[in-house]
Amino acid sequence: MERVPVLKIGDILLVSIQIDMEDQTALQLQEDLAEKIVATGCHGVIIDISALDIVDSFVGRTLATIAAVSRVLDAETVVVGMRPAVAITPVELGLSLPGIRTALNVDLGIEMLAFSRDGAWAEDAEDDENEADPAAVPTP
Amino acid sequence: MKEEPRRIPVATDQDVVRVRQLVRTVAVEAKLSLVDQTKLVTAASELARNTLVYGGGGIVEVYGVRNDFRAGIRIVFADEGPGIADLELALTDGYTTGGGLGLGLSGARRLVDEFTIETAVGQGTTITVTKWCR
Repeated sequence: MERVPVLKIGDILLVSIQIDMEDQTALQLQEDLAEKIVATGCHGVIIDISALDIVDSFVGRTLATIAAVSRVLDAETVVVGMRPAVAITPVELGLSLPGIRTALNVDLGIEMLAFSRDGAWAEDAEDDENEADPAAVPTP
Repeated sequence: MKEEPRRIPVATDQDVVRVRQLVRTVAVEAKLSLVDQTKLVTAASELARNTLVYGGGGIVEVYGVRNDFRAGIRIVFADEGPGIADLELALTDGYTTGGGLGLGLSGARRLVDEFTIETAVGQGTTITVTKWCR
């Protein structure tokens, strides 16, 4: 069985699927990614599927599971590079790809992850301020 | 006109990959549009996986076919597994007896032009799909 490599680049794990995956390979990738997220503490996962010529229900389900598992481990997943012809089939298949964020290419995927991370920090900071506010108002 | 079929026995995960690759090759030869190639290969992937997982393995045959108007591709998935007891239920979106999403059979039917299924409990299942060039 072939294995799909998981590369760490800064705070991101990058997976580029370049082979026609057997089902076992897809399941192995799911496990490898979960372990790598915990081992590296990365907060973002980018899965490049530009070399995939189909996304069937098994691959779709694997991508959705990866996204869900990553979220539990405090990492966001973005699937990038889906080919136009490939995008049509999951929809007809009835595959909804729940919780999967997508971007057109790796560059935009990285941007999306950076943006959502910054956004999350900004929100946290705002929350802290709001929490601090009532204390600032002196009670009569 | 009917060409000699190309056959692939399906007994492992790897054979499902081989089916996808063969169907892709034949679809390109038949000059199916890119979207139709993708639909047919996706349907073949779902059905070949069903042959393996639910049918316990079987045989896939791929033919080039032609009627008076156009060319197409016909694929037959045959297994000698347990068969399907309630066909209507099995063709319902989201119904599964395995661990899947229950989209394979119903989804594959939507991705092809013609879809027939012959099955009887204890006597296996044979599914035939056809995709025509536009």
